[in-house]
Amino acid sequence: MSPRAAASAIQPYVRLEHVVKRYAPGGPAAVDDVSLDIARGEFFALLGPSGCGKTTLLRLVAGFERPDEGRILLDGADMAGVPPYTRPVNMMFQSYALFPHMTVAQNVAFGLRQDGLRRREIAPRVAAMLDLVKLGRLAGRKPHQLSGGERQRVALARALVKEPKLVLLDEPLAALDRKLREETRFELVRIQRRIGITFLLVTHDQEEAMSMASRIAVMSQGKIVQLGTPPEIYETPANRFVADFIGTVNFFTGHVAGTDGPLLHVFCPDAGAVFTVEHEPLAAGADVAIALRPEKIALEAPPAEAGRNRLVGRIAAIAYRGEASSYEIELATGRTLRATLPNTRRRAPPFAVGQSVGLTFEPGACVVFRP
Amino acid sequence: MSDAFRRRAVLVLPFAWLALFFLVPFLIVLKISLAETAIGVPPYTPLLDRGDGGWSLHTTLANYQFLFSDSLYLRAYLNAIKFAGVSTLVCLLLGYPMAYGIVRAPRAWRGLLLLLVILPFWTSFLIRVYAWIGLLKGNGVINNLLLATGLIHEPLALLNNAFAVYLGIVYSYLPFMVLPLYAQLEKLDPALLEAAADLGCRPWQAFGRVTLPLSLPGIAAGALLVFIPAVGEFVIPDLLGGPDTLMIGKVLWDEFFTNRDWPVASAVAVAMLVLLLVPMGFARRLLRDETA
Amino acid sequence: MINRLSPFLAVMLAVGYVFLYGPIASLILYSFNASRLVTVWAGFSTHWYVELAHNEAIRRAALVSIEIAVSAASGALVLGTLAGFALQRYRRFRGRALFGTLVTAPLVMPEVITGLSLLLLFVALEQALGWPAGRSMLTIIIAHVTLGTAYVAVVVEARLAAFDRSLEEAALDLGARPMKVFFVITLPLIAPALLAGWLLAFTLSLDDLVIASFTSGPSSTTLPMVIFSSVRLGVSPQINALATLFLATVTVTVLIAGRLIGGPARRREKARAPAPAAQES
Repeated sequence: MSPRAAASAIQPYVRLEHVVKRYAPGGPAAVDDVSLDIARGEFFALLGPSGCGKTTLLRLVAGFERPDEGRILLDGADMAGVPPYTRPVNMMFQSYALFPHMTVAQNVAFGLRQDGLRRREIAPRVAAMLDLVKLGRLAGRKPHQLSGGERQRVALARALVKEPKLVLLDEPLAALDRKLREETRFELVRIQRRIGITFLLVTHDQEEAMSMASRIAVMSQGKIVQLGTPPEIYETPANRFVADFIGTVNFFTGHVAGTDGPLLHVFCPDAGAVFTVEHEPLAAGADVAIALRPEKIALEAPPAEAGRNRLVGRIAAIAYRGEASSYEIELATGRTLRATLPNTRRRAPPFAVGQSVGLTFEPGACVVFRP
Repeated sequence: MSDAFRRRAVLVLPFAWLALFFLVPFLIVLKISLAETAIGVPPYTPLLDRGDGGWSLHTTLANYQFLFSDSLYLRAYLNAIKFAGVSTLVCLLLGYPMAYGIVRAPRAWRGLLLLLVILPFWTSFLIRVYAWIGLLKGNGVINNLLLATGLIHEPLALLNNAFAVYLGIVYSYLPFMVLPLYAQLEKLDPALLEAAADLGCRPWQAFGRVTLPLSLPGIAAGALLVFIPAVGEFVIPDLLGGPDTLMIGKVLWDEFFTNRDWPVASAVAVAMLVLLLVPMGFARRLLRDETA
Repeated sequence: MINRLSPFLAVMLAVGYVFLYGPIASLILYSFNASRLVTVWAGFSTHWYVELAHNEAIRRAALVSIEIAVSAASGALVLGTLAGFALQRYRRFRGRALFGTLVTAPLVMPEVITGLSLLLLFVALEQALGWPAGRSMLTIIIAHVTLGTAYVAVVVEARLAAFDRSLEEAALDLGARPMKVFFVITLPLIAPALLAGWLLAFTLSLDDLVIASFTSGPSSTTLPMVIFSSVRLGVSPQINALATLFLATVTVTVLIAGRLIGGPARRREKARAPAPAAQES
């Protein structure tokens, strides 16, 4: 977030107050009492699995649906009863929704024409926007003559050209192939920083959300389960759902065996070992859950002698992914664990299937949940 | 302009038009079927009479009694159903392989093949029926051909009989069977048949167990699109039929134009409508499902 | 291998097409027969076409039919588009079931019933209101509009069902009001379907015998009516010539229309964004 945005973070630019939207009157809610604030110029993401309500929320903000309860405010103005064609919000559709019977330039100019601007005023703005998304030389083409990535940029240009107060992006990278997706991610962030418009992104792809947004709201079953920056969401998930949804994680349940200053000893029967974690003191015997990310685990062969946070297991499978390898390790108790190590050398991975290894991790690497 | 106002604006014109020019006429037909024939213009008695002392209702069931008493009408109804039913079946037997053939044909050919099925439909129905007269006459093309090749020694009676009527109906309504069937078969996932083969089904078995059941909606749609209008068909029995092929559509026409008996004609219409209510209900449900 | 055209199907297709086009071919062939008798081929001649050109009754009837067909098709287009739009977009309103029935019933109703009922309506209206004054081209047009509306509505409804609504939402999002969206986005993109609907209603009107017979007046004899009365008397080579001309006109029109519509429509199909690999949100 730019300093200016941080300063106006006190004054929320987009505010949702207890918004509720039901599938059918009196029935279950697609969006269940959602409240959130977005600061001006922020790149905000709504992240969640299919059916969590994020698209419904997006459509509520765009004006295509009306909330059953609650308010949506944009720059202080209540959007109740305001139709989509008068809201200062523009959307980049998942399917791009480019008008097939118009050229690229006409598509981008469409919104400006609806505002009644003259051709003289429209042309330079369209040209500038097409330059920004690097499509200047394709202005005269029709959508069917463009590649997927080019169409996506037209959709973006069209949503930005009116300089709305808020731009909504519905799964913008979903239709692109992997390479293009990575490049476009950087592009989008660069463009957003340059023009300073507030972006609200909706996606089920956590990599997309984490690499582009400055803050993320994780949704599940119509509610926001956690709101925070990408590192906060990843390293301090609020609950098991968030920990599991974002990236991979190893879970263990256990009870407190003792305290040691800032550290807690937790016996996990699943692993047949004591985990030493960083946490405030808890009563002995209290039930806790521990989440440990695979990349936080170090492997050594042969296993060292026993020590703090040292487990022993056998490698059951290896998934080679080029930049890193994922190891599935079976502990003596029969429970499996996942560890990920970067392939720092060009030689064959240091471990083999069936090998006996020792696992170790820092106390601070674990996230502790009270059940 | 609010949502509700916009809706009403869109609906009012077609709704009002259809109510006036489609719904009301049926009510009038019903009304006149209950009237008596009279000399004059129009040739029937009015329903309500403003005599001294108020309104009085003049209805009579005489027309319906007449219908049921004369076996001519019953025969005409049964004939109509028979002709329409058999023709529908023949259309199905010929149309199904055609539709299926078009689906299986190379993609580049499909447009052309479909067009060739539709094209006759765009030319005059009347003229196409007329074409058969020239072919089926005693000294028509077919008979001449057969005589010339010595296969027969006397001309066959191909015209002005049941055979010609069946031929005419099948000929005219075949596109109506092929098109819905094609639409249904086209939606069939070819992978289903491959899966059936993979699991051990022979081609004919796969057809019977996979393709046929899945194409039933198309069969029903095509059958109804052929059967219902064919029951009331007039032109074909008139041009190609004979004394033993009396169909109810022709009866209605004759009552109206030849006998000038509007009330009886109306009664025939009402009876025909009642007869067709059930298949029309099916057709409506199918059409709704297709476009829903 | 499984999904290719088998010999059986190919034969059935061939049989079907021979069946469909055999009579038409014979019509065309004998329109060039110098002899009046269908039975004897007396050499190639175009004199039936000449006679046809001088046939006053047919010429007048053709003009009447064309005028009626153009008016009826245009009226049906307007009403049918409104009806098709309403049926596809308005899921719930009072009287929807009735409306749906009214719109689609003419498709399956036997023409003798439709014709009779409309005539009785016109007579009753004339008695009560003095309008319409007798039967004329106007009454035929009204009848054909009623029939055509059903066909156009079905075509429009089907096209709208396949229409990508996100295009309309995008236009709304960019500031266009609903009516503007309809005229600037929806209508241009469903134009081929509208043209097809118009042509369908036009053909239906031009070809209609039964309904026209019921609803026509002394001065509004249509081409099918003229053809019918002459055909009842037997085979007439002039009718063959007329049929050939008809077929030629229709074929040429369809080919032109196909070229005009097919190209742009196929290109627009490709303009839709590729289906994303994402799940629904």
